[in-house]
Amino acid sequence: MSDELYRDMILELYRNPLNKGVLPDYDAKYQDFSTSCGDDVTVYMKWGSDGRIEFISHDGIGCAISQAAVSLVTDAVKGKTKEEILAMKDTDAITLLGIPISHTRHACATLGLFTLQKAVQSVKDSAEI
Amino acid sequence: MNTLTQTNIKKDFPVFLKHPDLVYLDTGASALTPQPVVDAITRYYTDFPVNIHRGMYDLSQQATEHYDAARRTVAQFLNASFEETIFTSGTTHGLNLAAHLLENTVQKGDVIVLTRMEHHANLIPWQRLAKKRGAVLRFIELKDYAVDMDSARGVIDERTKIVAVTMMSNVLGTKVPVREIAALARHVGAVVVVDAAQGVVHEPVDVQALDCDILALSGHKLYGPCGIGVLYAKKALLEAAEPFFTGGDMIRHVTYEDASWADLPNKFEAGTQHISGAIGLAAAIDYIRGIGWDFIQTHEAELTKYAIDQLRELVTLVGTCDTHTQGGVVSFLIDGTHPHDVGDILAGQGIAVRVGHHCAMPLMRYLNITGTVRASFGVYSTKEDVDALIRGIRHVKEVLHV
Repeated sequence: MSDELYRDMILELYRNPLNKGVLPDYDAKYQDFSTSCGDDVTVYMKWGSDGRIEFISHDGIGCAISQAAVSLVTDAVKGKTKEEILAMKDTDAITLLGIPISHTRHACATLGLFTLQKAVQSVKDSAEI
Repeated sequence: MNTLTQTNIKKDFPVFLKHPDLVYLDTGASALTPQPVVDAITRYYTDFPVNIHRGMYDLSQQATEHYDAARRTVAQFLNASFEETIFTSGTTHGLNLAAHLLENTVQKGDVIVLTRMEHHANLIPWQRLAKKRGAVLRFIELKDYAVDMDSARGVIDERTKIVAVTMMSNVLGTKVPVREIAALARHVGAVVVVDAAQGVVHEPVDVQALDCDILALSGHKLYGPCGIGVLYAKKALLEAAEPFFTGGDMIRHVTYEDASWADLPNKFEAGTQHISGAIGLAAAIDYIRGIGWDFIQTHEAELTKYAIDQLRELVTLVGTCDTHTQGGVVSFLIDGTHPHDVGDILAGQGIAVRVGHHCAMPLMRYLNITGTVRASFGVYSTKEDVDALIRGIRHVKEVLHV
């Protein structure tokens, strides 16, 4: 039953997402779109001198599931290194949500994480050039 | 005629035997398949399941005869000729083929005119053509979700070579005055292309009366099978253009160095065709004829009006809300919610709607929304289906606390 998805925590994060906004000073910025629904998310990341995430934010439009997921994922990666972020799996995002995610909502639940990983990868790629 | 509680039509659709409680409001994506279409497809696979053309044996001749008969049925349905009726995989294939047929008609600086509410299938092929040839895209604006004919008169000018419009928006349900737009195009000598994917389900299409040069449709929106569609194009256009696909069955004579093309329509049907699909599509057209346009149109207008009246209090409607200009597609938003969440909660109650941008992302941006929830109706839809949707929306509001 899909109603289980919309627990108070999810709705609270939808109305009041964590880490939402534009980071004026960032090391990585990446925008991506969900091919299934057209939702978009832009992530901003700044690393500290120890190579761990110091500041992070996200901006864009999404459903309750994607907004809750990107809130939780951006919180969870604080203090992580690039490699640690790249090692995260889709199941990590779903575990953070703590609700059953159907095949059709998988893209909503993972958009934030995958966008973060693309941001990290883009920084790594440009550093290697 | 009270068409709103016409539940006996549901008996024609076998999905309701398996899922008697299904509230199907997604006909705009795919119409359900009636039993006669299933039977026609089955008959091909059981009675003469072989390839067409050049099989000297009886079964192959039977298959060929049924395939040809299917084309005659489609041609008659559209008031087109046999050789101008090309089977495709669907509207997307048809419109890409249309852009290919018209490639040489567009030069640098020429104009291609579309409306603001085209499906991606009737936008991207023209974007690509415009980029390739250095042409410019222009758009007929909307006014209160309807086509603004003043804008049409403004953007269709002497530089316009192609006017490609939908008959009916798959997002808004807005009916497009194709004949009037075609007249403007004729006046400047532009070619008229019609995306009939949504429109052909809701009113009879006569390519001569519409005065269009090209028209594309999909079988699965017309109660037929997936993977089959039709492209009507005027003979002169089909004869002038090179084939899109090459290979088997579309040739006249082949050497190691060169090839010449078969006559129409085969020139544009390379490879083994979707034979069962064509036969199924013809059965769908026969089914529609049996139901009759009088019923289809009255039922659609009455049901759409009923839905709009019921929904008006509960949601924000995205459409003209006038059944003269809006067909059996009703898009809406619930304030403070995202369409994906609404669709998911409705799905939990057995209500099938479609959510998102409906393959019209630029239109969403144009309307300054991210997407909509869309209910769309077919011949089997009833007042009870709309009532279930209304109950479903009330439940959505409870779950999402809005």
